[in-house]
Amino acid sequence: MRKASITLKLNGVSRRVEVAANDTLLEVLREKLGVKTAKIGCDRGDCGTCTVLMDGRTVRACLVLAMEAEGTRIETVEGLSKNGGTPLQKAFVKRNSFQCGFCAPGVTLSATELLRRNPRPSRHEIQEAIGGNLCRCTGYLPIIEAIEDAAGGKD
Amino acid sequence: MPRTTAKNGKKTAQPALPVGRHGLKLSLPPDADSAPKGAKAASREGLRSVGKSSQRVDGWEKVSGVAQFVDDIEFGPGLLYAALVESPHAHARILRVDTKAAEAVAGVVRVLTGKDFPFKFGLYMKDRYVFAQDRVRFVGEQVAAVVAWDAKTALRAARLVKVDYEELPPILDPMTALEDGADLIHPELGDYPHVPWFFPKAKTNVAHWRKTRKGDAAKGFKDADVVLEDTYTVPRYAHCAIEVHGAVGLYDNSGRLTVWTASQSPFTQRNLFAEALSPLGLTHKDVRVVTPYIGGGFGGKAGVSMEILGAAIAAKVQGHPVKVLWSRAQEFVNTYQRQGVVAKIKLGAKKDGTITALEHKLYWDAGAYVEYGANVVNAAGLSASGPYRVDNLHIDSVCVYTNLPPGGPYRGFGYSEFMFGLESHVTRMAQKLKMDPVEFRRKNAIKEGDILPYGAAMNPTGIQEAIDKVAAEIEWGRAVPSKDARKAVGKSLVLFWKSPAMPPNASSSAFLKFNEDASLNILVSGMELGQGLLTAMAQVASEILSVPVSKIRVETPDTDRNPYEWQTVGSHVTWGCGNAVLKAAVDAREQIFDLVERSLHLDRASLYLEDSAVKSRNKPGWSLPLKSFVIAGIQVEDHTYKGGPIMGRGVFMPEFSSAISDPETGQGGHPNVHYTTGAAGVVVSVDRETGKVRILKATLAVDVGRAINPGLVDQQVIGGLLQGFATALYEDMRFDAKGRIMNANFSDYKIPTALDIPDKTVPIIVEVPQPDGPFGARGVGEHTMIPAAPLIANAVEDAVGARIKSMPVTAEKIALALRKGA
Ligand code: FES
Ligand code: FES
Repeated sequence: MRKASITLKLNGVSRRVEVAANDTLLEVLREKLGVKTAKIGCDRGDCGTCTVLMDGRTVRACLVLAMEAEGTRIETVEGLSKNGGTPLQKAFVKRNSFQCGFCAPGVTLSATELLRRNPRPSRHEIQEAIGGNLCRCTGYLPIIEAIEDAAGGKD
Repeated sequence: MPRTTAKNGKKTAQPALPVGRHGLKLSLPPDADSAPKGAKAASREGLRSVGKSSQRVDGWEKVSGVAQFVDDIEFGPGLLYAALVESPHAHARILRVDTKAAEAVAGVVRVLTGKDFPFKFGLYMKDRYVFAQDRVRFVGEQVAAVVAWDAKTALRAARLVKVDYEELPPILDPMTALEDGADLIHPELGDYPHVPWFFPKAKTNVAHWRKTRKGDAAKGFKDADVVLEDTYTVPRYAHCAIEVHGAVGLYDNSGRLTVWTASQSPFTQRNLFAEALSPLGLTHKDVRVVTPYIGGGFGGKAGVSMEILGAAIAAKVQGHPVKVLWSRAQEFVNTYQRQGVVAKIKLGAKKDGTITALEHKLYWDAGAYVEYGANVVNAAGLSASGPYRVDNLHIDSVCVYTNLPPGGPYRGFGYSEFMFGLESHVTRMAQKLKMDPVEFRRKNAIKEGDILPYGAAMNPTGIQEAIDKVAAEIEWGRAVPSKDARKAVGKSLVLFWKSPAMPPNASSSAFLKFNEDASLNILVSGMELGQGLLTAMAQVASEILSVPVSKIRVETPDTDRNPYEWQTVGSHVTWGCGNAVLKAAVDAREQIFDLVERSLHLDRASLYLEDSAVKSRNKPGWSLPLKSFVIAGIQVEDHTYKGGPIMGRGVFMPEFSSAISDPETGQGGHPNVHYTTGAAGVVVSVDRETGKVRILKATLAVDVGRAINPGLVDQQVIGGLLQGFATALYEDMRFDAKGRIMNANFSDYKIPTALDIPDKTVPIIVEVPQPDGPFGARGVGEHTMIPAAPLIANAVEDAVGARIKSMPVTAEKIALALRKGA
């Protein structure tokens, strides 16, 4: 198996790691870089629990080969949660948005990307932005309402 | 003997509002009025924490990503991985298992087969095996496991295990399995150990037959003016928790077995692991189960399914932790599935709308192993009258083995399944009687004190209030013209009920410890599934001890540290575990008062707790902060100290419950502790061309007795309804003619996304207290899913006149029915 060393910027910190050609970014994040917030839900691109930001755009880490991450900027929820979290995260906590919380990291990154690009999204735009993140517990409404709170600057 | 009626219940040791033996009156905090909706009623009675929509105690932990799930725990470089060899056949004899090639692969540590574990296990009936023995009974059943130093090697080597099978004809539906002379899926059924309330029929495929007989059904039908008979079918469903099942076992060199699992049931798992592995010399004290947060359960992570592999395999690779993690495809096949059912319903009623008789026959597709699923069948068989007064009742609930994956518990535990047919049928009966379906329901809905199907009395219920509120919310009786000529708008209102299904001696317990700063740790083994149990338990303790919720830590269980809880299932932990926490808090409070009385000589009856301090009605202005003495004790005149760490202990068992009754009639026991009831309604629009259904409004009123945290109850409603609507509209498991699942992934088994939610959802809380519940609370988790399917079926008919009698009510079925009708 071909192996290579890649360098990426993980939550602002430069990391170098040895990967195999068929390693996914998700495997490398979880097993070699200590990132546990990107979760395995399906390992085939269906559920969105493995969502991370790569150069500012959401990707499904289970569908990205680790080697493709060479030289990119990767953001995960570990990075957002320093210093009490982002206004979006605070809105999630305030609204009790999540139940089991397993989908929370993926949803958080999809919504983070949305709010950076579009600070005043409509409800439908919010639904579309998190439409690839499956949640079995909440019925989505408490999540959507918190994203609206964050967008409206409510805290 | 029944003690759940209001009158009797009030005499039990657990009052609705615990005021303690010294008549402590709870005070009203100044901010009570700013509390969110639902809390008002509670505030009126002077509650300070209960009834408030406080923030989840695990909120930030989950949002920050700190919350650990089983696959997130690090076990270091000594961790092994197991991959499974699974049956490709639905029914076959195993002739030979050849593990040589797999064993030769570099990196493989061990290959295990049925020979290594000739043990059976199971929750209510021991019919399951760690690995298949001489035959396989469903596609995907575990036949062997390969343990290797990394997951990829284990998977690769598993493909090299050669199994020779002799195929047997599979039985894929319950009606075929019931035919005379049908092949036997479990020829040894007669020898399986089971709980005393199961009635398996040896030498058949009937694993359990629950009969409930009340009154005289034949006479009831004779007295009826209208009799309506029909059959409804419900397919299998998958829980689809976003986190898959996983287990990591470590049998260390000292001989103790620790298993970290994604589970709702740490203590039940410990018990079943210890029992199943007792031939290896393990006893309960040697087995420890740790359950970190789980990514959704819904019943799928109850009992023991794949976790037995984590425990058993670990026992054979002593000294190394070993991980078994399901893939999404395995998650669909080899955990539990919701059982399919064929429901034959015959209902009789008088012209004035009085129900005179009900015959309800349920034939369950229980799958290859029914160690848990047979109790779903049992629960349905005790309650398939629905929330109605039915004097003449005849229920047969039949648990049938098939060669499909094992059935089991899924949110609603049988009620989601049978209520589709029953509530469809009730609406149709009203139509036959030319009566308003809501009026018909009002007239027949069960009341407190009515006799339940098994002979005990019904607990207090706010079902009439729920009907009124839902009817008002959907403006029942007011037709809504569709703005779009291609679409029609329809409404429906249905009722629901459900009781926890649990052994009569299922118990809960709690420890509560003060820390130096008067913060608290509560130890329970009720599991946080997402429902908010940890938060609710903190609120219960906060209420009694006046310590704010923010200063209370409640964590997920570890059987070495936390006290016993049977399982977190059946929507019973707020009630059961809540009662245990309440008792533990009262125990701690009484210790505090004892100490203050004997060390400071204050009149005990004057003492009360407020703002984390002891106060006295006789000494205004005096207050002794809890933090000054809950660990350190109180110093007295001679400079010695009295007291020591304050620790509360609470145990709750429903001592009025009994599962033993006449097998022919089901009469005589008190198997169900109480029923939670309610009503739900929808307004839908249906496209006359495509059959596509859109939910314009959904509402659900549930009588929770007392909402410990109204906001979290609302969220159960919002989440549960959506989960239910998906089963009603599009989800279902598909199998081919050989019993192979065809849609074991989220592309082919679609679950709802954020784009698929109702336009509007309105949760409504009704509070008619449960006399033996903590602050009057009873369960709510499952109930919010139960009414979803008949809501859709009835509203679709109301809109376009098509009656769909098989779930799911897909656009395709509706469009075809409309074309046929036109
Ligand atoms: S794990 Fe990547 S999309 Fe599901
Ligand atoms: S909160 Fe459980 S999956 Fe979203």
